[in-house]
Formats: sequence, C-alpha cells, structure tokens
Amino acid sequence: MYVYDQYDQHIIENRVKQFRDQTRRYLAGELSGEEFRPLRLQNGLYIQRFAPMLRIAVPYGLLSSKQVRKLAQIARDYDKGYAHISTRQNVQFNWPELEDIPDILGELATVQMHAIQTSGNCIRNTTTDQFAGVAADELIDPRPWCEIIRQWSTFHPEFAFLPRKFKIAVNGAVSDRAAIEVHDIGLEAVSNDAGELGFRVSVGGGLGRTPIVGSFINEFLPWQHLLSYLDAILRVYNRYGRRDNKFKARIKILVKALTPEVFAEKVEAEWAHLKDGPTTLTEAEVQRVAQFFVDPAYQPLQDQSAALAALDAQHPGFARWRARNTAAHKKPGYVAVTLSLKPTGVAPGDVTDKQLEAIADLAERYSFGEVRNSHEQNMILADVEQAQLFQLWGELREHGFATPNIGLLTDIICCPGGDFCSLANAKSIPIAEAIQRRFDDLDYLFDIGEVDLNISGCMNACGHHHVGHIGILGVDKKGEEFYQVSLGGSASRDASLGKILGPSFAQEDMADVIEKVIKVYVEQRTEDERFIDTYRRIGIDPFKERVYAANH
Amino acid sequence: MQRIIKNDQVIDETWHLLAKDATLEGLSNCADLIVPLALWREHSHALKARDGGLGVWLDADEEVEEIADDLGHFQVIALNFPSFTDGRHYSSARLLRERYGYRGEVRAIGDVLRDQLFFMKRCGFDAYAIRPDRDPYDALASLNDFDEVYQAATDQPQPLFRRRS
Repeated sequence: MYVYDQYDQHIIENRVKQFRDQTRRYLAGELSGEEFRPLRLQNGLYIQRFAPMLRIAVPYGLLSSKQVRKLAQIARDYDKGYAHISTRQNVQFNWPELEDIPDILGELATVQMHAIQTSGNCIRNTTTDQFAGVAADELIDPRPWCEIIRQWSTFHPEFAFLPRKFKIAVNGAVSDRAAIEVHDIGLEAVSNDAGELGFRVSVGGGLGRTPIVGSFINEFLPWQHLLSYLDAILRVYNRYGRRDNKFKARIKILVKALTPEVFAEKVEAEWAHLKDGPTTLTEAEVQRVAQFFVDPAYQPLQDQSAALAALDAQHPGFARWRARNTAAHKKPGYVAVTLSLKPTGVAPGDVTDKQLEAIADLAERYSFGEVRNSHEQNMILADVEQAQLFQLWGELREHGFATPNIGLLTDIICCPGGDFCSLANAKSIPIAEAIQRRFDDLDYLFDIGEVDLNISGCMNACGHHHVGHIGILGVDKKGEEFYQVSLGGSASRDASLGKILGPSFAQEDMADVIEKVIKVYVEQRTEDERFIDTYRRIGIDPFKERVYAANH
Repeated sequence: MQRIIKNDQVIDETWHLLAKDATLEGLSNCADLIVPLALWREHSHALKARDGGLGVWLDADEEVEEIADDLGHFQVIALNFPSFTDGRHYSSARLLRERYGYRGEVRAIGDVLRDQLFFMKRCGFDAYAIRPDRDPYDALASLNDFDEVYQAATDQPQPLFRRRS
C-alpha cells in the first residue's frame, strides 16, 4: 500500500496543528458554532445526538495491520471500545470528546492516517473495489489512480467550499463493485485499441434525495489528463452548481439542468485551457505511486480445489462459509476472504477494539499485514493461501467474523440511523436486527440467494437504500417513525434505482413485509434466478399485491 | 479606520468600497474607489475620467468574464464572499490570475475569516478585508497554516509530483 514520504507526512502534521488551533479557538469562544461548523466537518467531525462523531479517512478502503491496531487503541482510549465501518470504506467513532479530537488526530498521524475531507462540502474520500489488485476479473489496478486523486484532492485550494459534498469512485474490473455510476464522478479505467490506458468518465450520479444514475461524458480520457480534466469538471461545478437550495446543490442537479451534453461541452471548453498544463501527469509520478501497489511476495502455489472440496464435504459449515465469504483471486492458490461484520444482534459494520486487534493479528499471519474495508461495511483479508483457509475459518469463528452471509439478505448495508445520527428520521439498526432475526435459518437464507438489502434512516441515503435490491428508508410521519420499501435497485454495472412499493410501514411490521416480498420471489423465481432478475422479469405488482393484501 | 491584510501585512485601508446600488451622484473625483460591477458597466467612461484610483468588485454570482476586457483599468478587483462557505470566487481569482493575467490587487471582501486565507492566497488573492469584528493581526498566522501543498495553483505553478525529490 502507499507509504507517506516526508512531504505527505508534513502535510498531515500541519493539519493536526491547524485543527488543534481551530478547536482551541472554538472552545475559547473566538469561533462561533456556525463558523466552526465547516471547519470541523472538513475534518470529519459531526456534532451528534449524544457525542461528536469522528469519521476517519481510509483512502480507498486500504489499511495496514499497524493502522488497524491504532484504530483499536483509539476505540479503547477515546470511544466506548467500538469502531464503525462506514459505507464509504471509512471508520467512524461515535463517542469521542470534542476536546480530545486534536489528540486523536495526532495519534492517527503517527500511522499515516487522518480525517481530512471526510465530511463537508468538499471532495471526499475516493472509493474503489474492495478487491482491487487481487480480483480475478480486474483489468487495471485502480489503487494508484485513487492515490493520485487523493493527493490532488487533499486541500485543493479552489474546491474547499463547493456547493455540496463531492464523491469520486474508480473501478478497474469487469464487475463494478465500486458503484461508480452513483457517484458525482465515476471513473472506469479502460484500455483503448492501441493498448493505451485511459478513463471512461461518468458525472452526475448520486443517491440522496434525488437519486440519479450518472451520464458518461467522456469515453476515453487519456491518463495523462486525468487531473486537469477533474479540475475542469470541478471548476464548472464550483462556479455554476446551485447554492440557493441545499437539496439541489449536488452536481447531478446541474448536469440534469444543463443536460449531460451541454455540461460536457462546458467541461471541454474549460479543459481546453487547462489541458497540457503543469497538472498533466507524468510517467514518473504514476510509476512512483504504482510501485506501492505491486504484488506482495506471493508463493508459487496451486489451486487447492480438490482439498477444499473434501473439507467442504466433511464440514458443511465450512462449505457454506466458503461459498459466501470467499472471492476468486488472480493468483493460483490464493483466495480473498470477507470477514462478515453482520452477525445478528450487532449493528452492521460495528467492530470492537478487541476484534480490531484480532483482525490486525490475522492480517499479519494470513494476508501480508493488509486489510480492506468494503462499502458493504465488511472487512477483507485479500491474500489468503487456500491451504490455510480451513484454519483461518476456525479463527474467524472464534472472533465472530464467520457468519456465512456475504451478499445474502442479512448482509445488510445500514447507516447508524436514529440511534446515533441527528439527521435521521428513524432508527435503522433495530430494523436490520429484526430482519436478521426473521431470516436466521441458514438453509433458507442460502436458498434465497443474493439479495442486497440496504437501509437508510433518512433521505441522505447513507445506507444506499436506492440501490438495494430491497431498499428501506426511514421516514417521519407526524413525529412517528415509518419505513418506506423500494424494490429493484442495483449498484452494479447494470445500475438502477429502486421503485417505491407503496405506503410506508410501522417498525414492528417490517420483518413481515420483507418476508412477504421474499415469499413472492421464492414462488415466482425460475431456477437460479436471483431476486433482482425475478423482479425485473415480473415487475413490482405481484410484490405490491402480496404485501398490501392484508390491508384491504 | 479599517485595516486590511495586504501582501502578508496589516495596513490601513485607503480605498472606499461603494455599495451595490451606488450611483455616480456625489462621487469624489480624487478618492480611491472600488465600484460595483453594475456602476462600471453603466458608466465606465465617467469612471475612467476621474483622477482617483479605480477598482471594481464582483458579487458571488458575477463572473470575471464580464470584466475580462477591462482589467487594465482596475488597480483593485475585490471579490465578495456573501458567506464564507460560498466558494465561487476561489475559481474567479484563479481565472483572473492564470487565464487573464491580471497583476493588480485581488482582494477578498465580505465574510472573510482567517481560516479561509491559506486557500485564498493559493488561488491568487493578495489582499483580505477581514470581517470587522475580527483581529487582522491574529489572522496573519493562518496565511501559513501549511508549508507544503500537493496541487499546482496560482502561488505554486508546479504540483508536488513535479517537485518531489
């Protein structure tokens, strides 16, 4: 992974000093709450229901075991022993004291971490495929490009006060696990016919109050021009994005208002001035960054298909776990393992300090000391030897990471919701738990197969409910918490937005509603048809009829 | 008398900033004036004929393209921040410096607080009218919050990746 040099280190140390002084001035009354707000947000600090929430950047989801240990220590010393993996691959602490934040940032800086631009109306953490660099279906490793974008976006002087937050995602694989088409900018690394590297550029995708799938405005942007082209997009947005209404301020509204064609023309016109300037990337810089992402010292191994199949036959639990929680690796004899942070009864994405330490330890023993966070709020050991898989499974079970539910109905993406977040209309964690309890029969869960169930506690859509095959949105009706259900969303390459099923439901009805939806699917599906495919074939009406039948 | 930060120092203000609805009526001939864009557009001949210094100010929704052909007439271009979270004029300042080659004073006015200064300086501002309820001497420190940067901008035309050793 990328390792800071003296320049990178210097910049984050400057930041700690700056934020320490900003916090001091706020506590001394020299900065008003309103003035401190954008400053603290640009450092990931929210004032929450019970305590501040601090969001720490995990650039494109990559962590070293040393960093994981530091997070464990912070969870213990400054939180109540918990950390939370967010849907942007970041880490959140829900219980720090405001006065301690500068010290926490100081601690993070010792392991090359920070909280820069994890919130606020600026360019946020760039995200990518959690299997970047190891996926069997990868064409181009997106991580060097993510790091190049990270550096370009960090304290970009022109774009610190955008109309609204701005999110960039990069994909380099056949499958789009980074959901690039629902980002403000989505970049797909591609090669042209001449074998040259470039990017397909999508703009104006996003979730939130007005979910929109992005539009591709450039089919091949040569890599040298990546940053000047991003500068051009951001400049057009900074100048012309709406600032009169916070709900219409995302770039998607501007792209839609202008039409993607006109927006693309404006970007081209701006880019004509910037192209070939000093921001043009050099071969040397790309090489410098890329060398941090070369393969670790893989052993020449063979795939262990027969041995693993034999273990499967002896241990049905192992077979089940292996079917769900492992992913194909580009190297023979290796496999990527997802640690499920979605056991029933735990808030999705939560880990304790002790679990983090266990993960750091497992990473060192099984996976070259590296860990990844996924936007589905799980953690990954990306480089495990297949021959060690059975032994690893045993250890994961001890630590509570072996729930065999990756990609299944109970692998729920869920925002912190009304239990923590002051923006939320409704709680989301208890809904996740009720659904997990209802579908606790593993055979049935496996039989249902792949379903993305995403829950957001409000319109801001941190739980990505629009792109869940089943989406749940908390709404406020005259001070009471209700839940709206949508079906048919997808964050994959065939991205689509869910359609609302009908009137919303009370909290206690939610498990029943989801059960009815699933029953319709089970009855209607053809062999091997996934939930989303059945939905696309039969439409929303059969689901609607079943779910609302009792009300008539 | 108000004081402003100019070239990293606090100095006494000598310019008069005219309100957005100002008219020619009663304008001093020899005072140094920063006039609103509308007045300039309407009365550029009369304004050019005065003896005093001339500057123009743009509100957040007024674009530098509107004065791009007139830059030689202005000793000062002031860019207004109605709120410190309105970032449009960071782009305006860079365009003035980098695209239109403006060499006079580019001044931040309005809701200007010390924590914006480092970014403003990078984008080509060289003068800052700190909000009157704040101490400009305190604010000086924030001009140097960072001593290394990643991006190319007005103050540093080479991005870090071309300067790393």
